[in-house]
Amino acid sequence: MTLLDLANPSRFLSLAARLLPWLAAITVALLVVGLYLCATAPDDYQQGATVKIMFIHVPNAWLSMFVWTIMSVASLGTLVWRHPLADVAAKAAAPIGASFTFLALVTGSLWGRPMWGTYWEWDARLTSVLILFLMYLGLIALWRAVEDPSRAARAAAVLTLVGAINIPIIKFSVDWWNTLHQPASVMRIGGSTLDRAFLIPLLAMAVAFSLLFVTLHVAAMRNEILRRRVRSLQMQQARGYASEVPAGNAPSQIAGAAS
Amino acid sequence: MTALGALIRRDIRIALRVGGGALIGVLFFLTVVVLMPFALGPDLPLLSRLGPAILWLGALLASLLTLDRLFASDHEDGSLDLIVMSRTPLELACAAKAFAHWLAAGLPLVVATPVLGLLLNLDVTATGAVALTLLAGTPALTFIGMIGAGLAVTLHRGGLLLAVLVLPLSIPVLIFGVAASQAAISGELSFSGPFSILCALSLVSLVVGPFAAAASLRHGLD
Repeated sequence: MTLLDLANPSRFLSLAARLLPWLAAITVALLVVGLYLCATAPDDYQQGATVKIMFIHVPNAWLSMFVWTIMSVASLGTLVWRHPLADVAAKAAAPIGASFTFLALVTGSLWGRPMWGTYWEWDARLTSVLILFLMYLGLIALWRAVEDPSRAARAAAVLTLVGAINIPIIKFSVDWWNTLHQPASVMRIGGSTLDRAFLIPLLAMAVAFSLLFVTLHVAAMRNEILRRRVRSLQMQQARGYASEVPAGNAPSQIAGAAS
Repeated sequence: MTALGALIRRDIRIALRVGGGALIGVLFFLTVVVLMPFALGPDLPLLSRLGPAILWLGALLASLLTLDRLFASDHEDGSLDLIVMSRTPLELACAAKAFAHWLAAGLPLVVATPVLGLLLNLDVTATGAVALTLLAGTPALTFIGMIGAGLAVTLHRGGLLLAVLVLPLSIPVLIFGVAASQAAISGELSFSGPFSILCALSLVSLVVGPFAAAASLRHGLD
């Protein structure tokens, strides 16, 4: 099964129907394990129990950038290869990515209150993630502003690729600007600075959240394909209705305007 | 080359004529700046402290206001289709159009800055710093905004959608523009650091903007 085989939406739908129960079951199992590991992780000697916010905050923050990267790859698929499912993937990922970004911002600000003494600080990392959140919302607004999905897809693809410039800025902002947010401590050259007692629950949660994204994304793609089918059926119906009624009647004009 | 020169001359001429609307941007800039003392109170020390930020914000909003016309009027009368179909590379044509737009709508904002600086009680150094940063930063605003204008014209939606798409992308320009001006005024921090980043942003948008706008026009127009 290659990526090209999936170009057929019906084949994707049947694959999604087979995969989704498994994906959902594995996600739930991993979330249970991850949350158990988080609950049993020791308190930090400085931060106390608030360190456990990290186990939610960091996976969400990773995924907020990861989802935009996925959307950028899908946008290339739309613009370069004209893959029919690429714009479905990009559109379905946007609200999920926006949710992860929002959760990263909220958990970060809840963590920042006891640790930094403030809910919000205009430092480089926080500002760039906030810009990412605004760009997610702008992208969703773009999708919602245009009726024809294929036309919206190409515009959204261009915007996604332009916005992808922000991703490395977010990733390296903590290294470029010396700010309140701590620098990278897990994925860095020379190994992680995080203790094993924290690293293992964090990685478990990261895997669980990634699978949560995959599950939600496949389900959202399925819904989007079904939504487009409903739309084209409605258009067909409207067109059929328009051709039945003699021209010049008011109903036909309304139906013609909708098609 | 002659085609691009003709395009630039044509765009500037249209923009400066009746109905072109380039100078409306300056008028809007003036209005926004005049509104500020009404909102903040006629407190001159406060105004001079906030001055660079007010001027930058006004310039950002004014450049956003005129961007709508960058492709829309050409799309309405059909000349945009001719530009897309012509032998001149569309990326270069987009860059030329944006350059003409900056000359007609962006440069007047920079020229108006000293006058508006007087209204905000800015001294010579501060006014010069803001004008210099605007000179370096407004091309970035135009070229980033061109991406949004290109998207908006293919979607037949302008106005609010354009603002929602473009403003997040222009936040870095605002940050470093204001940071450089403040550094020049206070003299404590280095001016060249944020100013270099501002110039870098302009140069990057000079490259990215035409390609993104050309891609959206090529894929979006029918």
